Amino acid sequence: MTQKVYDSPAAALDGLLFDGMTIMSGGFGLSGNPESLIPQIRDSGVKNLTVISNNAGADGFGLWMLLQTRQIKKMIASYVGENKLFEQQYLSGELELELNPQGTLAERIRAGGAGIPAFYTRTGVGTVVAEGKPVEEFEGQLYVRETWLRADLAIVKAWKADTAGNLVYRRTARNFNPNMATAGKVTVAEVEEIVPVGSLDPEAIHTPGIYVDRLIKSTINEKKIEKLTERKRETA
Amino acid sequence: MAWTREQVAARAAKELKDGFYVNLGIGIPTLVANYIPEGVDVTLQSENGLLGIGPFPYEGEADPDLINAGKQTITLLPSSSFFSSADSFAMIRGGHIDLTILGAMEVAANGDIANWTIPGKMVKGMGGAMDLVAGVKKVIVVMDHANKAGESKVLERCSLPLTGQGVVDLIITDLCVMACDKAKGGGLTLIELAPDVTLDEVKAKTAAPFTVAPELAKAA
Repeated sequence: MTQKVYDSPAAALDGLLFDGMTIMSGGFGLSGNPESLIPQIRDSGVKNLTVISNNAGADGFGLWMLLQTRQIKKMIASYVGENKLFEQQYLSGELELELNPQGTLAERIRAGGAGIPAFYTRTGVGTVVAEGKPVEEFEGQLYVRETWLRADLAIVKAWKADTAGNLVYRRTARNFNPNMATAGKVTVAEVEEIVPVGSLDPEAIHTPGIYVDRLIKSTINEKKIEKLTERKRETA
Repeated sequence: MAWTREQVAARAAKELKDGFYVNLGIGIPTLVANYIPEGVDVTLQSENGLLGIGPFPYEGEADPDLINAGKQTITLLPSSSFFSSADSFAMIRGGHIDLTILGAMEVAANGDIANWTIPGKMVKGMGGAMDLVAGVKKVIVVMDHANKAGESKVLERCSLPLTGQGVVDLIITDLCVMACDKAKGGGLTLIELAPDVTLDEVKAKTAAPFTVAPELAKAA
């Protein structure tokens, strides 16, 4: 069996990066981001990237790092608010942006991984999202055609992996990660813990190992909380 | 007296029915969770991949791997389940969610809603809003009746880029509640006034035609 476990982010990305490539990066906000692989992409100096991710990081964190170094040419995302740097680069024309409804984004990625080049959805009918796209009626309702998304490289974050590349995510850090893992020509996963095969319950695998080409243990695992919201414990 | 934000949320909460699966937007909609009526059991969905949102965590117990769609830390319930973004939106787009409550910048008499962008001013993105209005069975909008400039946000037709076309069922503002007959291509009916708000005031502050429910017309 091919050895999937690599010993560093640099080793895991070796030979995979080239200018003008398309990269998918998992995460919702700063939850479930591949925190060790993103800085490695930054340090490689690769440029003119098209990046597909729900968001574009937040000040100082996540994909923000690749915006700061101007390595991203185009972003495909659903929500890029609370990110001053993004706004600046977009408004000055340095950065291209393709906004997708979040469900359309997720489904385009799922379709990419499943070999389905296009599908119809009601989301976006009658809005700018549907402009220039075929619209068709099914059972009295209008639907717009959306196409698949695939990437040269998908980078994902999971909680645990076994050495066969089977992945388990933790809580809402799962988000786009399992969908993106299926849609990369090459998928590199970083995880908090790598365990021997046989240690994970086969009934509880979220991403089967077939989708994971390379694997590392996270070297950065900061898990920054964007909006810490708590309640006071009532004292007796 | 017009309703406060909290009172608008409380009024919206009356639309929750026992057994409903509900997605709440950010802002006033999030407050609706504080007013779920006694004896009504609803399950809240978070589009980042959680069904069954629990209360905010106690101090010191927040988990960065457990957030809602507004990126706030939350907790689990015994009935909670996790899933991917594609599964989450299959749930939303497949018509499995009973009700969504969202904010808006504009709503029109034909059921159109605009709540995601102001061209040239605001670049944020629609997130899950377009999916929610297109896929959820019932769409309720909660918002101020007028914008900061005092102009009606209830219009004959929206001027801002749309989030969805002919999708709104109910509008709850600080002044009143209006039903939208989206099945018939639109048409607003005023069904309830906030305490001490008059029909004349709503007429003066609404830039869309509407009819008045018979029981309200009688009272006026």
